[in-house]
Amino acid sequence: MSYISTLFPAYAEIFLLCMIGVIMIADLLMPSQTRTVTYLLTQVTLLGCSLITVATHVNGVEYLFTNMFVDDLMSDVLKLLTYLSVSMMLVYSRSYLIVRGLFTGEFLSLTLTSTLGMLVMISASNLVTLYIGLEVLALSMYALVALQRDSAVATESAMKYFILGAMASGFLLYGMSMIYGGTGSLDVQTISNVIKSGQANDMLLVFGLAFLVAGLAFKLGAVPFHMWVPDVYHGAPTAMTMFIGTAPKLAAFAFVMRILVESLQPLMIHWAGMLAVLAVLSMGVGNITAIAQTNIKRMFAYSTIAHMGFLLLGVLSGTLDGYSSAMFYAVIYVLMTLGGFGMIMLLSREGFEADNLNDFKGLNQRSPWLAFMMLLLMFSMAGVPPTVGFYAKFSVLNAALQAGHLSLVIAAVIFSLIGAFYYLRIVKLMYFDAPESHEKLYMQPDSTLLISINGLAVLMLGIMPNTLMAICAASIQQSLLLH
Amino acid sequence: MIFGYPLLSVVIWLPIIFGVLVLATGNDRNAPLARIIALVGAVLSFLVTLPLYTGFDRMTSAMQFVEMKNWITQFNIHYHLGVDGISMLLILLNAFFTVIVVLAGWKVIEKRVAQYMACFLVMSGLINGVFAALDAVLFYVFWEAMLIPMFLIIGVWGGPNRVYAAIKFFLYTLLGSLLMLVALLYLYFQSGSFEILDYHQLPLGMTAQILIFIAFFMAFAVKVPMFPVHTWLPDAHVEAPTGGSVVLAAIMLKVGAYGFLRFSMPIAPDASHELAWLMVTLSLIAVVYIGLVALAQSDMKKLVAYSSISHMGFVTLGLFIFNAYGMEGALLQMISHGFVSGALFLCIGVMYDRVHSRQIVDYGGVANTMPVFAAFFMLFAMANSGLPGTSGFVGEFMVILGAVKVNFWYGFAAATTLVFGAAYTLWMYKRVVFGAIANDHVRHLHDIGTREKLIMAVLAITVLVMGLYPLPLSEIMHASVNDLLVHMARSKI
Repeated sequence: MSYISTLFPAYAEIFLLCMIGVIMIADLLMPSQTRTVTYLLTQVTLLGCSLITVATHVNGVEYLFTNMFVDDLMSDVLKLLTYLSVSMMLVYSRSYLIVRGLFTGEFLSLTLTSTLGMLVMISASNLVTLYIGLEVLALSMYALVALQRDSAVATESAMKYFILGAMASGFLLYGMSMIYGGTGSLDVQTISNVIKSGQANDMLLVFGLAFLVAGLAFKLGAVPFHMWVPDVYHGAPTAMTMFIGTAPKLAAFAFVMRILVESLQPLMIHWAGMLAVLAVLSMGVGNITAIAQTNIKRMFAYSTIAHMGFLLLGVLSGTLDGYSSAMFYAVIYVLMTLGGFGMIMLLSREGFEADNLNDFKGLNQRSPWLAFMMLLLMFSMAGVPPTVGFYAKFSVLNAALQAGHLSLVIAAVIFSLIGAFYYLRIVKLMYFDAPESHEKLYMQPDSTLLISINGLAVLMLGIMPNTLMAICAASIQQSLLLH
Repeated sequence: MIFGYPLLSVVIWLPIIFGVLVLATGNDRNAPLARIIALVGAVLSFLVTLPLYTGFDRMTSAMQFVEMKNWITQFNIHYHLGVDGISMLLILLNAFFTVIVVLAGWKVIEKRVAQYMACFLVMSGLINGVFAALDAVLFYVFWEAMLIPMFLIIGVWGGPNRVYAAIKFFLYTLLGSLLMLVALLYLYFQSGSFEILDYHQLPLGMTAQILIFIAFFMAFAVKVPMFPVHTWLPDAHVEAPTGGSVVLAAIMLKVGAYGFLRFSMPIAPDASHELAWLMVTLSLIAVVYIGLVALAQSDMKKLVAYSSISHMGFVTLGLFIFNAYGMEGALLQMISHGFVSGALFLCIGVMYDRVHSRQIVDYGGVANTMPVFAAFFMLFAMANSGLPGTSGFVGEFMVILGAVKVNFWYGFAAATTLVFGAAYTLWMYKRVVFGAIANDHVRHLHDIGTREKLIMAVLAITVLVMGLYPLPLSEIMHASVNDLLVHMARSKI
């Protein structure tokens, strides 16, 4: 009994794992078309996890399983946001998946296993734990993308995702093994201490670091390791695209923090330069290529690449402000992306995907409210105040400038100007053009409500960004200073 | 907080709240209701700005009606509002024109009325925020946010080429704004604060000042607009609906000049002196060259748009000759130009509503069918060409006087506008209004109705009063202008 009570920092993960089993069995017993029971059970699981995470929160840092697993404020905040994002994803995608016959038990349980992978990544304090978390996430994701078995495009994109993802994992493992060779440890803190003491072979470490950064860039979708992103975003069913584009980015942020910042901080001089190249290329290629897209999912894919560039800009500043601005950016990015894909699914019907830019034509005449929500989301992605996207960019630019990266800041500013064009084009299509079809929109009450909350949150957080910013700053500060 | 309530917050948020209310009336079945709520909102928003004038202390150059609250503590950003003699008048001007614009769009706008009115009300509140903000981030938020309603106004209710114009307008302005943001972040890095008034006192080296000046220049010159970044304005004006043109000309252009006064000049005074030659040259090019361009226009709106650029050249000229005549003349010119160009766009709107053409050749002999309108139009045309006794004269005269004091040839070049301005405005007037009735469209014109008469009369009286007795305006700006000039004379290096 006493052993179990020492496990409390991992209660949420344990609970989630148990519930995955329950939901799998429940799905076998109650195979209905709409899966109301298992769907609700999944939502309840996520709610339960968040309650447990809140209840087991302690001030300070807790280690578990001989330092394999860590629980600090950053992990708790990121986990809560992950539950929220997964739960929103389920609400948005339910009716979309039901009409396509994809709302299966596998979907729900794979969603939860990938969530479990994210939680493990967020709480990992050992390279092996990180890797396990990543693989649990990635394998579930490959399966999710391939869920639409009768679609050639989806299968193809699952294949691409799998092969490139496996290659990235290989890179990561190779990098990790070199770090292990150089420092003799896989533990995040020990690695950091050994490097600081100067006992490690710098050459070997930098070599390993290059592989780690390449692997991370693959996972984040940063240029030049971005090739899989547009194809997978385009080919996967929109619900899966939304999933790939949202919560895993939070986990990826934690991954970057644990590896680059917590363990390889002494090598910052090396990785900051690598990230700078990745960041500028991502912002450039992402924003410029997005202009040429006619498919909105592809456009969002390139926009994601550009956003990841911005996020890396915050990380490479290498200051507490920089990390917290990157975390803020990741959170805001997830919020906006959920809304964007939510809108695509809301406008889609049975046998019709609203994934073409022209499907947004004249939305203001068909539904002024939805058009207004999309307007808020688009201006937020473009970083125009008073929406929250502005503060995300603002804090990242501020951190980068304080760290003395003036030229990077100017590049970022110019690329976000270019980026503003394609977001504006969506607003233009919705407001300035006449609709192509006058078919009545069938709006699910739950996802309509959610998209309203989502859109207004983008606006309200923009008017009052203080709390969220303070939470991000506090979590970064606690996690980095208390170790 | 003189009146026991946060006056400036009310001035900013009341129109925005009314804008949301108007939006809530929904689709065009409720259009009459939307119009009425919009008018009530606009009038109320104007009335609440009046205490700013009556309660204004003319003796001090300090910020008045100050409000200060924490906003984003992590970056030391405050919700800090206040006005001085420079910004207060611009708020009044803006609130006044919101009423005019709502009235001007009363019958003409039939599509998506609620959204149209809401855009103008929200924009009015945001522009008030720009003029009242004393925190750089707050300023920036209002500054950028006001682009969104204007973008929609041009793009949804504009003319045939509206999409191009709207996107050009937005991206042009965004480019400037983003560079300004970098400058603001740099200033924060140097001072640890986002307070505009702290920036005024911040010592800065010459290189830093020049870079900051250039970054601000990009933002404000696009808005003014100065030559050579003026090309978005004719497009935006021509494509925007009448109300949009009026707000663009009367208010939005002033935002740029206000930026020079509030940011560029006091924050980088040495750079301002150093680069004054550039500013003066660009201003004179705008005055002379754009004046000639206006002469060649066949589209009335385009003509007035170019005339606006030329007149705003006067404003920037007045600012960068650094004397009291020039600066007060520039401020008076800003306000006068607001009324005159707004009125001219309304006049063109009146004709466009009836004939659906802005081409000068489609008119001729309008005086025969619309005598009352022709009389008003005449007055505004005269004011635009700077006739003594109208508001247009006062500002131009003071700027020319100030320019001559600095350099005779500055004054000489600026004074050519009295010839060119008269030439393009009156020539257009002659071709449109006088002569024989040109075609059937003009023959079937009916004169302006009560609503239009009311708008025209109010504007006409203001133009005349400002021309004959500008003292109530200039005494308000006196203290602030003198303070700014004293501040500018001190080096910050």
